[in-house]
Amino acid sequence: MEEAIIIEKSVIIVAVFAITMLFAMYCTLAERKIAAWIQDRRGPNRAGPGGMLQPLADGLKLFAKEEFMPNTPNTFLFVLGPFISMTMALMTSAVIPWGDTLEIAGRKVILQAADINVAMLYVFAVLSVSVYGIMIGGWASNNKYSLISAMRVASQMISYEIAMGLSIVAILMMHSSMSLREIAAGQHEMHWNIFYQPLGFFIFLICSFAETNRTPFDLAECEQELIGGYHTEYSSMRMGFFLFAEYAAMFISSTLLAVLYLGAYNYPGMTWAAENWGENTANIIGIAVLFIKICFFIFLYMWVRWTIPRFRYDQLMNLGWKTLIPLAILNIVVTAVVLLLNR
Amino acid sequence: MSIQNTSLSGRKKQVSNKEMTLGERLYIGAIAGGMATTFKHLFKKKVTINYPEETRPFSPVYRGQHMLMRDEEGRERCTACGLCALSCPAEAITMKAAERKPEEKHLYREEKYAEIYEINMLRCIYCGLCEEACPKQAIYLTKSKKIVKADTNREHFIFGKEQLVMPLDQAIQNTAKSE
Repeated sequence: MEEAIIIEKSVIIVAVFAITMLFAMYCTLAERKIAAWIQDRRGPNRAGPGGMLQPLADGLKLFAKEEFMPNTPNTFLFVLGPFISMTMALMTSAVIPWGDTLEIAGRKVILQAADINVAMLYVFAVLSVSVYGIMIGGWASNNKYSLISAMRVASQMISYEIAMGLSIVAILMMHSSMSLREIAAGQHEMHWNIFYQPLGFFIFLICSFAETNRTPFDLAECEQELIGGYHTEYSSMRMGFFLFAEYAAMFISSTLLAVLYLGAYNYPGMTWAAENWGENTANIIGIAVLFIKICFFIFLYMWVRWTIPRFRYDQLMNLGWKTLIPLAILNIVVTAVVLLLNR
Repeated sequence: MSIQNTSLSGRKKQVSNKEMTLGERLYIGAIAGGMATTFKHLFKKKVTINYPEETRPFSPVYRGQHMLMRDEEGRERCTACGLCALSCPAEAITMKAAERKPEEKHLYREEKYAEIYEINMLRCIYCGLCEEACPKQAIYLTKSKKIVKADTNREHFIFGKEQLVMPLDQAIQNTAKSE
């Protein structure tokens, strides 16, 4: 029995890791393609059919580049930066429920690497640590642009994590649980959180953009002012790790959005499908549905990036502290009142 | 209507400095509008041309590589009078004349022809004065629809008759068309 659990979890971990990597890889291509389409261009179409091998070519190029080391006293931290970014981007995926249970050889397999009861806290802890990658990297680069970028990231992350955390509190109150599995299960059929918490969803979405350093909150790497920001001094695969971590973080953040607000693996007619086609089929469709939702959010990230220009720094801070945090608190109060009245 | 308010294009908009309303300050409408615009562009026709496979059509008056023309019987029109070389402001054209032999009547239109005809494509400024000067309508810059390709060797830019004279199959096609 013990061995079965070890095998089962190992398979899930490897699969989740591989899927995250694959998604991050193809996100780079999707970003370039969508950017091109929005600008009436074609996008990369030379490497493989329709440019499908472009991510491999990009990776190969990065591997072949010289590993440049700036004149910095902190070589250890310099190497550590991208490493932290990457690790933290991948760690969140451990608690995400990728689907309901599957019955394989008489065993109920939970499609989750770790079903811990403080999953939400874990997610926020990991998110908070992930800023260290950029901060340490930017600081160890011994470059003024990198340092400015690192400081910007730090203050931006702190500002938006508060609003993000507060917007989640309303959901925790509704489901009275911190386990992502229970939150996902609580949104069965069409009882998605987005219909009960539209304001919370909106706040969480905006904060997700800020947390992943995506436009319009990409002040950390604005090319015009900071020549790339924290990865100015990076080259070769270390730079690749930074860029790759951004896309991995985007994938994970899209997954979180889908799980928390868009009903995770739930879809209308799931109970009907389970009764008529069997539990396993219904749950496999659920996994596909979750990935469709994830893809939608990834597309949204890219769509917004090529639509909205970057915020100015004071606007960013104003939005975070003066708009989103009061709105999030208001959301908590309203949710609390409604929950109390309905009891 | 005063002159300040007339708009011939119909797109003129008066700019105002008024305070924004709460709805405008939320920017949600503006963002949604922007997103709709970019979404429409996703499905628009792409303007990119897949270069090596596709090429943009030349304008009918585009002056590219020169072509020494053949007449409808496939004979070279050039009579090596040298007016093109004389008119050339860049001194790009040189030639050497030769007399046509009786058995070469099917090759050359006039009794005198250019044995050697060279254009230095690095000197040429593609002004088209040679075309204007030619009394026999023998040289054109608009017919070949070719651009002189880049090269690393200067010698390769001196184009002789083998590059300049109209290819025979093109002459055959022209004759077929005129008949």
